[in-house]
Amino acid sequence: MSKFKKKTEVKQEIPTSSMPDVVFMLLFFFMVTTELRETSIEVKQQVPKATQLRKLMRKGLVANLYIGEPVKSQQFGKEPKIQADDVFIDTKDIIRWVNEQKAKLDEVERDQLTVALKVDRDAKRGLISDVETELRKANARKLLYTTLEDKQDEN
Amino acid sequence: MARSTPDIPNASMADIAFLLLTFFLVTTTMPNNRGLSIALPPPPEATPPEDVKIQERNMFKIQINSSDALLIEGEPREDISTLKDEIKAFVLNKGKDPASSDSPEKAIVSFKTDRGTSHRRFIELLDIIQGAYYDIYAEQAGVTNQKFREAASDLSIPENKAIYEKGREGIPLNISIADPTKVGN
Repeated sequence: MSKFKKKTEVKQEIPTSSMPDVVFMLLFFFMVTTELRETSIEVKQQVPKATQLRKLMRKGLVANLYIGEPVKSQQFGKEPKIQADDVFIDTKDIIRWVNEQKAKLDEVERDQLTVALKVDRDAKRGLISDVETELRKANARKLLYTTLEDKQDEN
Repeated sequence: MARSTPDIPNASMADIAFLLLTFFLVTTTMPNNRGLSIALPPPPEATPPEDVKIQERNMFKIQINSSDALLIEGEPREDISTLKDEIKAFVLNKGKDPASSDSPEKAIVSFKTDRGTSHRRFIELLDIIQGAYYDIYAEQAGVTNQKFREAASDLSIPENKAIYEKGREGIPLNISIADPTKVGN
């Protein structure tokens, strides 16, 4: 009977020898694209959506200001606040902050500093326009309202 | 004599790699450097207040109050789906309609908010106004809106600069964002 013995041993394993390679590939992708955040954001950040976006090419020339309701509202209250780097700042400190940011840049590029305002969508215009007035005084007049892309209206 | 080949156990390598992968997956934040770009006017002190007479016909007035309601050219408005086309028609009027602008150079879109206006509404309207201008520029340069914006983002490339200058020729981006009124806060 052994002559007609059925072949029961069908190999059923998925080859796993290449799994480390696949995983490493993914790992390298994330390692390269990742950007470890130096600051932890302490304000609410739900940025609004828009369609007419423009991209900032030189990351080194961008300084971020975060505006929104503090996450720890028990401690800091519900009024929107301005966060620069790791601390909350007042509108009157903005000129000093801009000068610090400019000092970090090369002398020839100082006038190209762009301030990215990352504003929570529920923040009010009043505070933002105060910030803008200070930025004008500090002569940092390139501004970007950070937004997400709204895909629906894209033509 | 057969030499024993030294082996590093590599069964756990996948586990280690997975661990690292998970770490980076969790900590990663994709940088978002995109948004609506504007240029602020010079500081208030630097420009002495001068009475510039701007004719009524050359102004397209958009106002938002503290409860996010709109006033366009003096009339309350709910529906803003046609606003973009209205702005385009206003800028490119070139004197045809006596109630609309004289020329693209003189046309100004005046955008005024209140201190209580939400940022969401502000961005929504600014997006429409900028969209109207970018559409005009893109058409003049003979490219799509998106291509024009990409070109405008990086002017260091000569081709982009050519597109940008062709699009902008004769049509300045006259969006005036006025200081907000102080009704709500």
